[in-house]
Order: sequence, then C-alpha cells, then structure tokens
Amino acid sequence: MSKLSIVTKGFIKENPVLVLVLGTCPTLAVTTSVENGIGMGLATTFVLVLSNMFISLLRKITPNEVRIPIFIVVIATFVSIVDLLIQGFVPALAESLGLFIPLIVVNCIVLGRAEAFASKNGVFDSMLDGLGMGIGFTIALVIIGTVREILGSGAILGYEIPFMKGNEILIFVLAPGAFFVFGYVMALVRFLQKK
Amino acid sequence: MYYIIMIIGAVFVNNIILAQFLGTCPFVGVSNKVSTASGMGVAVLFVMTIATLFTSTINYYILMPFGLQFLQTITYILVIAALVQMVEMILKKISPPLYQALGVYLPLITTNCAVLGVAILVTMKGYSIIDSTLYTMFSAAGFAMAIIIFAGIREQLDLVGIPKGIQGVPSALILAGILALAFMGFANLV
Repeated sequence: MSKLSIVTKGFIKENPVLVLVLGTCPTLAVTTSVENGIGMGLATTFVLVLSNMFISLLRKITPNEVRIPIFIVVIATFVSIVDLLIQGFVPALAESLGLFIPLIVVNCIVLGRAEAFASKNGVFDSMLDGLGMGIGFTIALVIIGTVREILGSGAILGYEIPFMKGNEILIFVLAPGAFFVFGYVMALVRFLQKK
Repeated sequence: MYYIIMIIGAVFVNNIILAQFLGTCPFVGVSNKVSTASGMGVAVLFVMTIATLFTSTINYYILMPFGLQFLQTITYILVIAALVQMVEMILKKISPPLYQALGVYLPLITTNCAVLGVAILVTMKGYSIIDSTLYTMFSAAGFAMAIIIFAGIREQLDLVGIPKGIQGVPSALILAGILALAFMGFANLV
C-alpha cells in the first residue's frame, strides 16, 4: 500500500463514521454546529496520531495477553493531555463539548485503529493511518454539523443565512435531528458508493 | 420524593441514549433481536452500577483528598476495564448459566461510552456515593428499556420492504430519531 493511500483511505472509502459505523456517540452529540464538529474532529485526530505512534513504538514489547489495557492507558494519557489543553486554551470549546472530550478514550475508532493497524505496522505508517482516520472523522462531523446548523439554527459557522434565519427547524439541533441527519447522510454515502 | 424525581429524570427525561447520546454503539450494534438486546441491557445495568460505585468511592476517598482530579479519566477507565474482566471471571466461576447468557456482551462493555460517561457525569454533578450509584442504576435501566423497545421495533421492521440504501444502520438511526422524538414528550416532566 502506498503512503498516500494509507492516508486517503480514511476519507471516504473506509470513513470511520459513515462506512465503518464507529464512534457514533460523539458524532451524534457534538454536531449541533460546524465549529463543535471541527473542534471534536481535531481533538480526536490529535489523540489518534499520537496514540497510534506510541502503540506502534511499543508493539514489539507488548505482551499479547495484556495489550488491550496497555492500549487503553496510552490512549487515556493522550486524552487527558488534550482535555487539559482545551480547558486551558479554548475554554469556550471545552464548555460546549463538555463530557465528550474525556469520552474520546472510549471512542471505538481510536481503540479500533490501535488494534487493527498500529499494533501490526511501522511507526510512520501508523501515524499516517491515524491522520487519515482523524481527517475522515472530521469530514463526517463537518458534513453532519453543516446540515444541522443550517437547518436548525439558520447559520453557518455562526454567520446568519438571510432566508434560513427566522425559518429555523428547531428539531435539527435537538436529539432527534441528530439521528435523522446521520441516518440520511449514511444512506446517501452508501448510494453514492454503489454507483 | 427526591428519588422518584431522580428515577423519572434518569429513565425518561434524560434517557442516556435518546437524549444524551451515550452508548449508541451497542444501541445500534446489538439491537437486531429482543433476546440479545435484553441480554445487553441486563449486562450494562449490572456493570454500570458496580462501576460507578467503585469510581465514585475512589473519587471521594483517593482523588479528591489528594487533589488528583486530573487523573480522573485514566483512573476511571482502568477501574472499568479491570472491573469488566473481574466480573467476567467471577461469573464464569460462580454462575455458568448467567455467564453463558451475558458472557459475549461483557468485553463489549469496556468501550461502551455509557459506563465511563455516566461515571464522569455523576462526578461533575457532585452527587454523593449513594446518589451516584442510584442515579447510574436508573440511567442504565433507561438504557435497557430503550434498547429493548428499539429491538422490538427493528424485528418488525425486517418484515417491511425498505429501499436498499436505507436498509440496516441508516434505517435504525432514523428509527432512533423517531423514538427520540417520542421521548421529547417527557421533556418538561421534571
């Protein structure tokens, strides 16, 4: 596999959210606006790249029986770092993402990539894989976030859209809208992939 | 009265799946049949209640007195992972039939974000140890109820002809959206 395809396979073909259906909890919870989606996507990408790198470095000395606890400790360390950094430098984002930053630990994408890729491949390839998957996750969050923000609050990235403002469909920023938009975006991706 | 409000709040108003999006992975993944869904529901109820009992005890007696709250995420996830392993081993030894029924779900629970999510949530809310444990138990009961209702509807849905692109996960998500709409009716109850 070429280096480039390791990165790009996560974008659409093996998109972690829309094709592999991993990490649905943060996808549903933080996509009320594009901004939150980007914030969450970048935080997860950071964790993915660094945890993949570390797990790949440790792969030769990790005993097979206790690999899952070791993966979890490595991931939890980077999640704590991200959590404290966001609280320190972007308190507004920490406020709106809240509980879901520490929950990156149990995001199936991170543990899934550690198990499926980083524990078997070299350091550089693992970092690229983490980067690609992280970008794919961010893309999915931005797509869903865009639809929900336009329909639900009549704005995009905080800028009001003339006609949509005043005609918001409130349900799209609430819980049911998250499920609806996610379901239809996933159906659309499947439809396009079949073609 | 306090506990009645807590039950209604945790089970209906702030249902962990349909209002707070915690634990949607198993919710979508193992909800094809009512029997597997109820197995998962019971396993989650069991593990979540014990996990919060342990994490909030650790929080009150170890993390808080020594000012170690920044280690919260690592400590909690380790406790949960160890606990799931332990529950699995104990069940295997003392109750093989129960292990047969719940065994396959237990490893999945470590990465169920509802367990860690509610443990952190009750810490954020500052509940006492007893209140934390009860709140978690009610939340988990809400999870079990939602997943069983959902599986019941999905069983029926299999018999209906739906367009190919929407079959499977997308239809499940849209269905979850409709359920969430129904649960919004409880919104101002408490």
